[in-house]
Amino acid sequence: QKKKKKKKTKQDTITDCDWARLPQELLLHIFQYLPLLDRAYASQVCRGWNQAFHMPELWRCFEFELNQPASSYLKATHPDLIKQIIKRHSNHLQYVSFKVDSSTESAEAACDILSQLVNCSLKTLGLISTARPSFMEVPKSHFISALTVVFVNSKSLSSLKIDDTPVDDPSLKVLVANNSDTLKLLKMSSCPHVSPAGILCVADQCHGLRELALNYHLLSDELLLALSSERHVHLEHLRIDVVSENPGQHFHTIKKSSWDAMVRHSPKFNLVMYFFLYEDEFGPFFNDEIPVTHLYFGRSVSKEVLGRVGLHCPRLVELVVCANGLRPLDEELIRIAKHCTQLSAIGLGECEVSCSAFVEFVKMCGRRLSQLSIMEEVLIPDHKYSLDEIHWEVSKHLGRVWFPDMMPTW
Amino acid sequence: MGVNTIHWFRKGLRLHDNPSLRDSIRGADTLRCIYILDPWFAGSSNVGINRWRFLLHCLEDLDASLRKLNSRLFVIRGQPTDVFPRLFKEWQINRLSYEYDSEPFGKERDAAIQKLANEAAVEVMVQISHTLYDLDKIIELNGGQPPLTYKRFQALINRMDAVELPAETITCEVIKKCATPIGDDHDDKFGVPSLEELGFETEGLTTAVWPGGETEALMRLERHLERKAWVANFERPRMNANSLLASPTGLSPYLRFGCLSCRLFYFKLSDLYRKVKKNSTPPLSLYGQLLWREFFYTTATNNPCFDKMDGNPVCVQIPWDRNPEALAKWAEGRTGFPWIDAIMSQLRQEGWIHHLARHAVACFLTRGDLWISWEEGMKVFEELLLDADWSVNAGSWMWLSCSSFFQQFFHCYCPVGFGRRTDPNGDYIRRYLPILRAYPAKYIYDPWNAPEEVQKAAKCIIGVHYPKPMVNHAEASRINIERMKQIYQQLSCYRGLGLLATVPANPTNGPSGSNVTGVNTGTSQGPGGSSEEQYVQEGTSRTGTQQLLHLISFHVLFTFEETSSITFLKTCFIPRVFKKR
Repeated sequence: QKKKKKKKTKQDTITDCDWARLPQELLLHIFQYLPLLDRAYASQVCRGWNQAFHMPELWRCFEFELNQPASSYLKATHPDLIKQIIKRHSNHLQYVSFKVDSSTESAEAACDILSQLVNCSLKTLGLISTARPSFMEVPKSHFISALTVVFVNSKSLSSLKIDDTPVDDPSLKVLVANNSDTLKLLKMSSCPHVSPAGILCVADQCHGLRELALNYHLLSDELLLALSSERHVHLEHLRIDVVSENPGQHFHTIKKSSWDAMVRHSPKFNLVMYFFLYEDEFGPFFNDEIPVTHLYFGRSVSKEVLGRVGLHCPRLVELVVCANGLRPLDEELIRIAKHCTQLSAIGLGECEVSCSAFVEFVKMCGRRLSQLSIMEEVLIPDHKYSLDEIHWEVSKHLGRVWFPDMMPTW
Repeated sequence: MGVNTIHWFRKGLRLHDNPSLRDSIRGADTLRCIYILDPWFAGSSNVGINRWRFLLHCLEDLDASLRKLNSRLFVIRGQPTDVFPRLFKEWQINRLSYEYDSEPFGKERDAAIQKLANEAAVEVMVQISHTLYDLDKIIELNGGQPPLTYKRFQALINRMDAVELPAETITCEVIKKCATPIGDDHDDKFGVPSLEELGFETEGLTTAVWPGGETEALMRLERHLERKAWVANFERPRMNANSLLASPTGLSPYLRFGCLSCRLFYFKLSDLYRKVKKNSTPPLSLYGQLLWREFFYTTATNNPCFDKMDGNPVCVQIPWDRNPEALAKWAEGRTGFPWIDAIMSQLRQEGWIHHLARHAVACFLTRGDLWISWEEGMKVFEELLLDADWSVNAGSWMWLSCSSFFQQFFHCYCPVGFGRRTDPNGDYIRRYLPILRAYPAKYIYDPWNAPEEVQKAAKCIIGVHYPKPMVNHAEASRINIERMKQIYQQLSCYRGLGLLATVPANPTNGPSGSNVTGVNTGTSQGPGGSSEEQYVQEGTSRTGTQQLLHLISFHVLFTFEETSSITFLKTCFIPRVFKKR
């Protein structure tokens, strides 16, 4: 709206202007700054502006929001708009995402739309559950056939986000058969119907893959070697979710040599690992050097494991610990400060650290710590520092004002 | 004609530190202290029996204290806008006093009453005594906006003038010749009602764990200070199993109803600290409880939508799940997680739970496990929690659900582990969930993992006598963390792969629906830093007009190649105000 007003004063001083005859390129430029709703209002003004509204360039990106009033507080994309898009603009769409709520209805509606995107040559597709993973409730065949429509017709898919969906090995084969040259990003965490062989097929064929997110059960030595093959580009991110389905679950190990191959091939790659395990399931992990850069422990993790992290994660950049227990993590933190020389971000939840050890930790890390997110309850005052004093000490070593995170007390 | 005055009690149910009442009495010939009971209140409103009982205790206590001054409390049923014109006339009132109410609904109601008073030539006397400071002054000091971080708030507090001293208690000396006309039928017409009269079933009701009233409040204050002095330690107390139980020195409900003046508490704390620590200046952390309360009051005072997500400029629009069944399980303590159920049980029975217990159940309901809106949790607390006033309740729920003020959503409370670490023996669970009494400490927090023999021996089979856990916590928290990340990534318009989320300096086209792939070259802000600029960012929801077009929702258009982000802490950002378009 601001742009329009500016133009008006300028034009008024030059000539009498006919708004309806603004050049299309100008309209396009202006419309691109308007949110969809305002653009829609503008399109009602006159035929020329209506035509501009339907220019292909304005329909490259779209996010379908599919919500049911019974399961969501948010509004949904209007069905008439959806119809219009499919009818007039499906072949313009290039970057598409679907946001669905917890209801199966919404996920099915997303699949229905997908099935109709026959004329689309999508570059980006995102299937995003905003609450419960409702795509998992859709009958598998319905989902697969809808997804296949896109895989087969797009042929130039570059980014694909299909976490929490019932995608399976055969559909991955179809993806690969049609998009192996262009695929750069694939996020498929928590896709239980995919097997290690299925993902291996992707790694073998899609040599441009730069970003991959999957669950630990799909990770294998072969996969890492495939990603490090000469024909493969440098990998940028690898995200792995390690999730325990039942207590006492057993996890396989990855050979150090496979990780070494990855690092040799892609020296700058980020390895992001999210752990949602019970304390006694960490046996197979952190016994050998592992090139993890971003480490998140979603449940309680023992002192012992954190000690191993200090020893075996030299590339560690970010560490987040949700909970530990009521024994201080003093030694473990100091060890991490010493060995993880790249560490620049740390977050501690339900843990305990003595104030002195914490100050020592910060001193050792120094100004490279750009993110220090510690709950107030974590810090235990001791003979050297009280809580009121500690934030000055820490701020001093960090070179900026720092406070612990707080929660309201009533 | 003399001065006939009404003092209108709403909160501030006390005779100590009540400057508006004191001013009202000066030069007045007659005084009537009233409390208005809105008839719609009892039946349909969201107030449970414990809160009603507490209020009635407060009113009885006031009445008893006023009796000692040859006065009485007048409890009047009706709506203020109906009641006042009648009273002005009947009692020939020319002066009205009340304590300032900073909450948006209160301000609106009081504006209407002021108008009525002006029309009836009634002088209105209002004083601030429910908060430590004049909240408008704090906001002014912050450039016209309420501070959105607690740190910023503390910094402002440091720059404010000293807290005003509490006003002198109303005694016979203060009242002097001011009289209260009391009829013989006072008890019938204006007496404090009983719970039964209000329509509550009181059979089987246990004695109140938290008795209301100013007398009780002042006694507790003394005990509270005694205990602090004895411990000689003003540090935050370490959490242990005992902390979970109602304390005889707990003060929060009394602060909320105004039985205890926050200013009195403030000064007593300061005096004690100076005495014990030999005259050193008390740190701000000493007043933690009071300042948090003040913080939320400040943030809420100019925001009528403070207790909602939709249309609330300080609240992140999060796609919470609508799930009444799951909500009911949580509210009624049937989640199958003993830690959560015991807490909700204590809450329902007694009306108070420890603040860490609140964090646990709030996290479980919202971003931790059930992904249900904080507004629903807030309503349940409003019904059951004695110290839940509008500002503090809404503010805390937003905080705990990471909807505002606070964004470190990685900090999640485990419904098993957190409880176990706090009370390893499980006595709290046994006390509030007697059905699980016979479970050994090893399994009492996750009884579904207990072998069959243990369950049989405890005479409580999971799934039969006590529910199975309603969610798989590991799975739920994994999903929810991911959801929170999605939202915060979009809000910070995170692009690129750096370690810090760069917060743009200018309004961006993040959630605004434009498809200009703008490059955000904002300056990167340090986390938790003292800098606090508030950015204008367009909200993701819109209250539409009547036209068909309004059904087109805002669309976030993005190419997610650029938003591929992998870390957590990156998505922290400095809170900003979301302006509605």
